Amino acid sequence: MIFTHFKRITRTGFVNFWRNGFLSFSAVIVLTLSLGVFGALIFGSAFGRALIKEVKNKVDINVYFVLDAEEPDILALRKTIESLPEVEKVEYVSRDLALTEFKDKWKDNSLILQGLDEIGDNPFPAVLNIKAKEPSQYAGIATFLDSKNSLSKDGSNIVEKVNYNQNKLIIDRLGRIIPAVEKVGSIIAILLVIVAVIITFNTIRLIIFTSKDEISVMKLVGASNMYIRGPFVVSGIMYGIFSGILTLILLAAFAYYSDAIIMKFSGVQGAKDFSLLVNVFSSYFIQNFGQIFAIIMGSGIILGAISSYLAVKRYLRV
Amino acid sequence: MIYFDKVSKIYPDESKALDGISFGVEPNEFITIVGHSGAGKSTLMKMLIAEDRPTHGAVFFESANIHKLKKSQMNKLRRRIGMVFQDYRLIPNKTAYENIAFAMEASGHTENEIASDVPHVLELVDLGKKIWSFPHELSGGEKQRVAIARAIVTQPDIIIADEPTGNLDPVNTFEIIKILQKIHKLGTTVLLTTHNTGIIDEIGGRVITMEKGKIIKDDKHGKYVL
Repeated sequence: MIFTHFKRITRTGFVNFWRNGFLSFSAVIVLTLSLGVFGALIFGSAFGRALIKEVKNKVDINVYFVLDAEEPDILALRKTIESLPEVEKVEYVSRDLALTEFKDKWKDNSLILQGLDEIGDNPFPAVLNIKAKEPSQYAGIATFLDSKNSLSKDGSNIVEKVNYNQNKLIIDRLGRIIPAVEKVGSIIAILLVIVAVIITFNTIRLIIFTSKDEISVMKLVGASNMYIRGPFVVSGIMYGIFSGILTLILLAAFAYYSDAIIMKFSGVQGAKDFSLLVNVFSSYFIQNFGQIFAIIMGSGIILGAISSYLAVKRYLRV
Repeated sequence: MIYFDKVSKIYPDESKALDGISFGVEPNEFITIVGHSGAGKSTLMKMLIAEDRPTHGAVFFESANIHKLKKSQMNKLRRRIGMVFQDYRLIPNKTAYENIAFAMEASGHTENEIASDVPHVLELVDLGKKIWSFPHELSGGEKQRVAIARAIVTQPDIIIADEPTGNLDPVNTFEIIKILQKIHKLGTTVLLTTHNTGIIDEIGGRVITMEKGKIIKDDKHGKYVL
């Protein structure tokens, strides 16, 4: 009996969805717009994260060593720094490597290379490039480097210069701006989701309002609440499925054409400046398709089903 | 079978739709309730299907107080009552077949029963050729015949017809009355409301006359006061 009921409810929901053509179309369009907001938030968040990561990557602390600093002392210091919990990565550039990189960079400029030859000895100090997990943690790392940990075994100071102070301004600003941007972004996202949910709910409520007489007739012939409500919930799920598919197609199209769109709006130079962000949407969409599919389809189906369920409720009191 | 016990309905603006109504309905009776508009006929019918609640008094269906039934019991009771309305109340996006099938589905009938009974009942009201028509493709008289088919298909104990001919021309009016009489002869109790005295002259039988929410005459031989 339960199976028969389920079959009838599902069939009626499907039939109503197709027969209510224009109303179903309206619901699908409104729900697509709402899911589009969800999609925009997903992409916006991915873009924001990529942008923040990009900016964070451009910030680091460089520790320059005195020229006669012994490599074992430098490596020992590197090991100590790497053990700090706030440190994400420490890159060691030896004096020889620094010289090779310099020569490689200026291989086409004989004047500079000639000047280098005249100096005779390798003028480049060894460097440790330190990346923290968060911009706010650079101050702690700088303080650590100022302490006695930067002394060699025999007690002499091997650190020539730490460029934290030069980068301090941008690092401090980033430390303040990024959490604020994330906070404001979250609030805007929550507000947009609330607006989208309210608009969807009201549209479906209006559609079901047109069926209120039908619902009262169903009650009067003795249909149970579940039997009346079921087809509306099935139609709501159909709105969700169709709008989910439509939204995914639109998001895929946006992801595919996003590079051209960025290029068009930011110009060639702007696109160059954002060179590392090129493909951010398309690659994000491909890499996270399963998750995006689940969020968009799941939200659509849940939103459609719950809105229909609640909207029918008020007309069942006959 | 049915008993109205001192039923009153008073609206918030103090107007009385029903004023201490008491009467009983026996099985297999054909009762016509007659009265002008606003006499309380439709309110009385709504009490019987619990579409409205009395302010005072009670309505009993086989000793059960209708307005004290649980939701599931109320659904079962409504399946034993066939309703026919003046405005047909067909589901617009369902065909004649589907409108009738829905009532059977709600009553828990099987697919086979639905497939055999629905065409049969549509033949009974002479609408066999309109089985797949939507309500907007039917005339007023045809819509009302579908509504009657929907009301009788579950073989209810009682048919309540609230001004079923109110929107129909004389030819269709008498067609509908003939169908209701035929149903009555098959053993179903019929409760009909109307303000059309021509119908009463045609039907005869028990007639209850209502005025301003009260019963002013209850006659077993077709007499009324209007």
